Amino acid sequence: MHPYLLALIGGALIGLSAVLLMGLLGRIAGVSGIIGGLLPPGRDWGWRSAFAIGLIAGPLVVVAVSGVSPIGAPVVSVPLLAGAGLLVGAGTVLGSGCTSGHGICGLSRLSPRSLAAVAVFMAAGFATVFIVRHIV
Amino acid sequence: MRSAFAGLIAGLVFGIGLSLGGMTDPAIVLGFLDIAGAWNPQLAFVMAGGVIVTFIGYRLIARRPAPLWGERFVMPSATRIDAPLLGGALVFGIGWGLAGYCPGPAIASLASARGGVAVFVIAMLAGMAAVKIIRSPSSRQSKPTEVPAAADG
Repeated sequence: MHPYLLALIGGALIGLSAVLLMGLLGRIAGVSGIIGGLLPPGRDWGWRSAFAIGLIAGPLVVVAVSGVSPIGAPVVSVPLLAGAGLLVGAGTVLGSGCTSGHGICGLSRLSPRSLAAVAVFMAAGFATVFIVRHIV
Repeated sequence: MRSAFAGLIAGLVFGIGLSLGGMTDPAIVLGFLDIAGAWNPQLAFVMAGGVIVTFIGYRLIARRPAPLWGERFVMPSATRIDAPLLGGALVFGIGWGLAGYCPGPAIASLASARGGVAVFVIAMLAGMAAVKIIRSPSSRQSKPTEVPAAADG
């Protein structure tokens, strides 16, 4: 199957997950919010940790069915991974969301805050890659 | 127990979706962010599929008075486009562009024995905890009665 068609189907599954979480529990499927809520003082620990386990199990199901791992190796050094992780963690808590919470759920709710956040983090991502790959 | 089952299924479907979409490969994500290079639009298809299904699904759900297994729909309460929102998105976007991981794909990628991504996830949790501690009510004595706004996502 063409990767773009698979990507569209994959995106639709992410949407289905967001609809399930809202329809069943009334919660936004924002991964940074769900995972951040596990940190002290953790609330709703049960469904949040179950979501994280399911998230990790997803690629394992894909490997079991297709025989091919969808997980690519990190493309940057370990120190850079650590620095990037710090920025992503701090930024998503400060900005109240990430690619899923603002990008998928927020845009679907036509939230002006999410639209602004998506515009900023996309622009920052584009600019960062441009600087790293084409200037530095 | 019911809510844990709902979380597990939603997480599983989310993880399969990320995998099929190629989002668990940081090279594909960085390929999308590299507009001046060999641009790979794959991430845009993932976003489109996700927004289309969620847009329709949320509207169908909104006709119901409450979620099936919950008391109420917990929707983001903040409406102002303020400095923390924009500053946080800026910091997040820089980190995303440096390594090619946002929170969902990073956690899903823990399924692989390949090291490295665990370092990213541990650092991400540390970054989250740091901001939570700084923003916690006990560290802000000037506004003890302030209620923190629900997160957008």
